Amino acid sequence: MFCSSATRRTGGSQLSHERVSRRVQGLKPSGIRRFFELIIGRDDVISLGVGEPDFAVPWRIREEIIYALEKGMTSYTSNFGLKELREAISEYYRKFGVECDAKNVLVTTGVSEGVDIALRAILNEGDGVLIPEPCYVSYSPLTSLTGGEAVAIPTTPNFRPSYELINEYARLTKPRAIVINYPNNPTGVSYSKKELEEIADAAIEHDMIVISDEIYAELSYTFKHISIASLNGMQERTIILNGFSKAFAMTGLRIGYAIAPADILEGMLKIHQYCMLCAPVTAQIGALEALRNGEDELEKMRAEYIRRRNFFVKRIRKVLDIKMPDGAFYAFPSIKSAGLSSEEFAERLLFEKNVAVVPGNAFGECGEGYIRCAYAVDMEKLRDAADRIVEFVEGL
Amino acid sequence: MDAVEKNREKTLEVLRILEDNARLSSEEISEMTGYTAQEIEEVIKGAEEKSIILKYKTLVDWEKAGEEIVYAVIDVRVTLTREKSYDDIAKRIAKFPEVHAVRLVSGDYDFQVVVKGKSLKEVAFFVAEKISTIPEVLTTVTHFVLRSYKEEGVLLFSDEEDRRLAIVP
Repeated sequence: MFCSSATRRTGGSQLSHERVSRRVQGLKPSGIRRFFELIIGRDDVISLGVGEPDFAVPWRIREEIIYALEKGMTSYTSNFGLKELREAISEYYRKFGVECDAKNVLVTTGVSEGVDIALRAILNEGDGVLIPEPCYVSYSPLTSLTGGEAVAIPTTPNFRPSYELINEYARLTKPRAIVINYPNNPTGVSYSKKELEEIADAAIEHDMIVISDEIYAELSYTFKHISIASLNGMQERTIILNGFSKAFAMTGLRIGYAIAPADILEGMLKIHQYCMLCAPVTAQIGALEALRNGEDELEKMRAEYIRRRNFFVKRIRKVLDIKMPDGAFYAFPSIKSAGLSSEEFAERLLFEKNVAVVPGNAFGECGEGYIRCAYAVDMEKLRDAADRIVEFVEGL
Repeated sequence: MDAVEKNREKTLEVLRILEDNARLSSEEISEMTGYTAQEIEEVIKGAEEKSIILKYKTLVDWEKAGEEIVYAVIDVRVTLTREKSYDDIAKRIAKFPEVHAVRLVSGDYDFQVVVKGKSLKEVAFFVAEKISTIPEVLTTVTHFVLRSYKEEGVLLFSDEEDRRLAIVP
């Protein structure tokens, strides 16, 4: 009558595809994953594939975290995050043109969580989300996971979503939101005030919410970063996402924040309190120290990135078509002249010259024909890598 | 930015880069900054002429190289007279080749003097014979350096490594 526990276990161990939700099954595997496997086990690879600073967290911040741990500050914080941190963030964002109250700030576990809960808070089943590509890898999968429809807008070759372009796609799909990221991963392009105004006009015209991923804001080199939320009429429809990973090299601490209108923030908080409860307290303490005393270290890192950017672009311009990046720490050269696909190029560069880059199509189909080179490595390595890329292309 | 300000920024940027790595060529600095190699050379020449750039040196960990070098930090208290100012006394101390650094400091004493020698004895006798005997010197306190952990902003130990994954989106 009853099957033995052993039988039950055997039966249960036959994992079927059906046990994973259709939504998750429907997600495309990460384009980066395969490439990652190729690198494992290879020695002496110079990796320009790392989308995080090569600097460690500034010691001042680390030391503050250590002190907090010694004092036993290890409990949950308010769902919103530490009050002082939210206040410091609202104060800090003035530098990007945004006046907001601390109560519009939600501290998140990195921008990754921010993107997720922002999308979940605003999307209903089937709602469209415009995503200018190439872009960071998570926007589209997270949209699908929450039941939304990701609509890619190819922005090649200038990587700028113009009013006309957004308008064209918005008219067809009646989207609920648009996700923008500037300075951009992977292209290094950022948007000037005029370009942001075009995006804002389209957003207002089509009544879209703008999810503005500004994680690289501090790493703006060509012009001063301003938030799209600072433009007329935009704060009420913008969810700003930012964090400490890039500016303060705090990637592994997982700490970010969202600044949003009250109703949306309330929605995001509901999800955050159930799925995350609060951002890690140690990281929050570090973040507060970063805002209070991190400016000098940030300046040093920024100066170094600018030097590396100039150096790298100048060197590989000899053989590849590349625009000077406005910010972040990515160069996104076209490899079309090489006559190889992005993946072929990246693979052969790895096997023949031991330099790792990320094929551009990992960031959207229109990234085909490009490679992403992260110059978050020290000058010695960067010089070697650039010379090897030049050699590789010249030898094709 | 006006021309003067731009020029100042250019000079400072070149100096910052060189301070960290004096072996970079003008071409490399040009690639890092976007200024031409000729501009870089002009900046460097100008800074050398004005003694803004004093010297190009190498930071060596002599202990690792197997060379015994003794450093001592000496607190020197002095008395001033109408004839002898801080500058006069400092110059007199600084000119000894054994003296590595001389700084006028705030606090309990006047000069912080760093003396370099081959042995404890050599340094101790140098202080006794050459510094303590200067008429304006009231007292000296000698601190021998036992171990150095950071010099010129450079850590003399390394306990961190790059733990990043090879590919990160």
